[in-house]
Amino acid sequence: MPETTETTPAATTPATTAADTAATATAAGPVTPAGTATPEREKARSLWSDAWHDLSRKPMFYVSGLLILFLVVIAIWPGAIASGNPLACDLSKSQMGPTSGHPFGFDTQGCDVYTRTVYGARASVSVGIFSTVGVAVLGSLLGGLAGFFGGWWDAVLSRISDIFFGIPILLGGVVFLSVVKGGTVTTVSAFMILLGWPQIARIARGAVITAKQQDYVQAAKALGASNTRMLLRHIAPNALAPIIVVATIALGTYISLEATLSFLGVGLKPPAVSWGIDISQASDQIRNAPHMLLWPAGALSITVLAFIMLGDAVRDALDPKLR
Amino acid sequence: MRGAKSAKWVVGAAVVALAATACGGGSGDTKAGGSDDGIVRAWWGDPQNPLEPANTNEVQGGKVLDMIFEDLKEYNPTTGAAQLAAAQSITTTDQQNFTIKLKPGLKFSDGTPVTAHSFVDAWNYGALLTNKQLNAYFFEDIAGYAKVHPDSGAPTAKTMSGLKVVDNQTFTVQLTQKFSTWPDRLGYKAFAPLPTSFFTDHAGYLDKPVGDGPYKIVSYTKGSSMKLVPNPYYTGPSKPKNKGVLLKVYTDSNTAYADLQAGNLDVLDDIPAEQLSHVKTDLDGRYLNQPAGIIQTVSFPLNQKAWSKPGMDKVRLGLSMAIDRKTITQKIFQGTRTPATDLTSPVLGAAGGYSSDIAGDSVTYNPAKARELIKEGGGIPGGHMTIGYNADSGSHKEWVDAVCNSINNVLGDNKACVGAPTGTFADFRNQITKGEMTNPFRSGWQMDYPLIDDFLTPLYATGGSSNDSHYSNPQFDKLIKQANAEPDTAKATALYQQAEKLLFTDMPVIPLWYQNGEAGWSSRVSHVTENAFSYPVYTDITVNNS
Amino acid sequence: MGRYVIRRLLQMVPVFIGTTFLIFVMVYALGDPVAAMFGDRAPDPATAAQIRHAMYLDHSLPAQYVHYMKQIFTGNFGTAATGQPVTELMGSAFPVTIRLTLVAFAIEAVAGIGLGLLAGMRRGRFADTGVLAFTLLVVAVPTFVTGYVLQYFLGVKWHVANPAVAEGAPIGDLILPGLVLAAVSLAYVARLTRTSVAENARADYVRTAVAKGLPKRRVVTVHLLRNSLIPVVTFLGTDIGGLMAGAVVTERIFNIHGVGYQLYQGILRQNPPTVVGFVTILVIIFLAANLLVDLLYAVLDPRIRYA
Repeated sequence: MPETTETTPAATTPATTAADTAATATAAGPVTPAGTATPEREKARSLWSDAWHDLSRKPMFYVSGLLILFLVVIAIWPGAIASGNPLACDLSKSQMGPTSGHPFGFDTQGCDVYTRTVYGARASVSVGIFSTVGVAVLGSLLGGLAGFFGGWWDAVLSRISDIFFGIPILLGGVVFLSVVKGGTVTTVSAFMILLGWPQIARIARGAVITAKQQDYVQAAKALGASNTRMLLRHIAPNALAPIIVVATIALGTYISLEATLSFLGVGLKPPAVSWGIDISQASDQIRNAPHMLLWPAGALSITVLAFIMLGDAVRDALDPKLR
Repeated sequence: MRGAKSAKWVVGAAVVALAATACGGGSGDTKAGGSDDGIVRAWWGDPQNPLEPANTNEVQGGKVLDMIFEDLKEYNPTTGAAQLAAAQSITTTDQQNFTIKLKPGLKFSDGTPVTAHSFVDAWNYGALLTNKQLNAYFFEDIAGYAKVHPDSGAPTAKTMSGLKVVDNQTFTVQLTQKFSTWPDRLGYKAFAPLPTSFFTDHAGYLDKPVGDGPYKIVSYTKGSSMKLVPNPYYTGPSKPKNKGVLLKVYTDSNTAYADLQAGNLDVLDDIPAEQLSHVKTDLDGRYLNQPAGIIQTVSFPLNQKAWSKPGMDKVRLGLSMAIDRKTITQKIFQGTRTPATDLTSPVLGAAGGYSSDIAGDSVTYNPAKARELIKEGGGIPGGHMTIGYNADSGSHKEWVDAVCNSINNVLGDNKACVGAPTGTFADFRNQITKGEMTNPFRSGWQMDYPLIDDFLTPLYATGGSSNDSHYSNPQFDKLIKQANAEPDTAKATALYQQAEKLLFTDMPVIPLWYQNGEAGWSSRVSHVTENAFSYPVYTDITVNNS
Repeated sequence: MGRYVIRRLLQMVPVFIGTTFLIFVMVYALGDPVAAMFGDRAPDPATAAQIRHAMYLDHSLPAQYVHYMKQIFTGNFGTAATGQPVTELMGSAFPVTIRLTLVAFAIEAVAGIGLGLLAGMRRGRFADTGVLAFTLLVVAVPTFVTGYVLQYFLGVKWHVANPAVAEGAPIGDLILPGLVLAAVSLAYVARLTRTSVAENARADYVRTAVAKGLPKRRVVTVHLLRNSLIPVVTFLGTDIGGLMAGAVVTERIFNIHGVGYQLYQGILRQNPPTVVGFVTILVIIFLAANLLVDLLYAVLDPRIRYA
């Protein structure tokens, strides 16, 4: 690639910047408390409030917000839209299609699919949200630190994440959840966070390493901004995009993963009702009764869609280039 | 830019290295192909233990042993009756000392002769504690077993005193007590003869086991396939009607089912539950479904006071009557289970001890009576019970949930009974063995040999090797002992049945249903049948000329 | 640069020890594997004790670990539950899985980046909505169902592909399983690329390049894509290991006797040598993949340097 030199942004960066960067990578950036902090802070504050202002004008933000609000209401009060009992099952109706009063039909055990889908929201939405938030916070924190400081921080944090990456979910699940004993949304989410953070950490680390090289970050640094300020005000908004993308999709996978754990006897305590459990039960029956899969999987898709839309809106709002 | 450039090099080199590894494993694809005319391609699961007769206690290894060994007796594939095979005669005058004469001229597939030593040495090997054979207890009735297999400490003898070689064709067996039906056990593959190579080159033997049965192993790739051809030295009645069998290991029976439909597999004896509703149309009727020697039950932990205190027998009986077996076997199992009417199996036949009415009302679904009994007995301990099962194999969740729903519907309480999965089979078995179960749990029994004794003694006799419910009834033990010593088979069976009858009032386990054997096959083969152990009878399968 | 690589390679040593110990303890925590060997029957205590002794299970956990590590340094990874040496299992499982991973990886990288590029350059248009719909589909529908449905139609109904992978796992048979395995990751890659491309499309250097009158193709591939790839490459790097270890379902559906399958068997049979051996190799592969990714950062963005 001989044309690299003339076309990459590196060509437009003064040579001194590159040298600076090399220094930061090893010396973890000397902290320079500076008198120029006041104008910095003002600018930064306006970035976040700008973002909020931006967000409040986006229809996508309201659509996704309403959808999530709806899911939360259903999770708290499923009886509002479903009058049946998700555990009342009549085997003689096994896998029957829709009938009056039972618009989604019945599952293998003869339980009403509509009622179970509504009642499944509580466990699934809470496991999804708790796990995703936990993984995103822990992952970006540890990954961000590794990427920003480099050196020993990076070596230790990254190698720990490598070890965690290696733990097979099956093994980790059985051991962790049988030691912790619980079978509640909290323990299941805790497990997801424990095994899920390395992925976000790698993404965050990569994003921070890139963001650190940007001209404006180097400029802020040259102006003497402190590490914390640089991380929070300059690097974080720019490193957030890939984290949001991965986290919103992962939300859906955590909801499904809960079922795997439940099947092994280490997930939610029976008789828990969740989309994940119903989806995996329906999977085997795909040729016999596809309607069993359609509804819980549809509910899961809508949840993921709501969060992806919200994520997109937030990301757009944070992107200074859009203004 | 130097850094970037050398980084490129490292990346490049690593990619090349990865690609090289990737190509490394590409050879040897054609092993399974070649000239497969006349060869039956059959489904197989990976055996769990090395293929030694006294060390194989599960179906997939058992399948192979069945093909490569001929025992003293063999069980008739249709009737299940034990018939003389390698033995010319087995005689006794006192039900305790037996003289066994072999048929002349028997040979192993490596050409070496089958002699009395082949049996005696094999049995001594199987019984000796330090050989760590899982089926060692099969020899425990032979005199001298306690010395080669003490309960603790090192063995004080290498061979059992009860086994004596008379000449090349004859040996005698002395048992520790009278046991009239003992010779009928000899069709179990733990009693197979072993060639000298087993003892001289053990590792080599395990790579390619040698037996005296209808088939001979020509190649064995552990974890993926085994090819067998007819054994040229075999002279018995089950001469193969095909040119061989290729056993293919599948990771999942659904995959095998797809391969069967696509014409890449001929015989599949493990039809996945979710395919049952359309298997007949998929395979154009090339499907069989018949009773097998397997019964499934729910065991109560009688070592726990909560489940064994007075009155609980009524609750246990009530729970049995709260289960709608008929609907569950139809809706969950698509008719591949038959509601149980006793604690044996229909494969025994009425003469062998099977009965369609011995359990009476105790296994009939009767919600009103069930509610009444459970209430009279004081109700489910704590008002809440679970049914334990292992989650890693056998898809037990569906039927356990259905059984619980049935009980819950009878009791009008949606949370009275729920399933309680345990992650792995090992963990599940550990909890049972250590007596840590506090709630009922699933249990099942696959017969070792088609005799009523095998369905009762190990499971319900005091201290029996598989008495998971910790049941103990002196009257039961007494009847079993009487039956064992009774020389007349019909009378012995009646005594066994008297003992069995006690179980339906004591209810240490809930009889659920008999598992059927199933098989589907391709249009390339015909004459697919299964024996009482639900193994396909490979020797009878013929390959159609296309 | 060279020193950096050496330092990273040296870091493998503590990771190796940490992983083996952690996994060893975890498998140990699963409990006693001997009871399961006897099937539905209570184990004979004397025989069980003999087996425990032979498997070194009658020692304390630290003693077992030291014993195991000593074996490893003589090249002996122990034996699996079936009596086969673990090295033999690894020798047959890893080549197959590596090939499957490469197929899946190629699919996810090429199709993912391609779709993401299309979606990112035309946000809100057909391609973008398509990627979103695909993402929702693969997240909500379990791999088992995708695999099963594709196997049924392509393998059984239309005879386009073999429903099960033949012995030796030829590449041709691996395309369908590779596609199934790649599906979820493909969604991640496409959405990451889309977001990154959409963001960078408005960056100064792209505007400059366009203003300079460079051909669109060049602007896209050299400027836009190259600078958008860092999060994608990071994800792809973490995914190599995930694909290798996480292929349990795909391997089961398509009858591939690979790493995921063996690992699963090892866990079910509670066999420490199998699990520890396989996981250790996997962790080494993660380390190598992560090192590659870090070096790629420097290729993609020359401002990033390692000393």
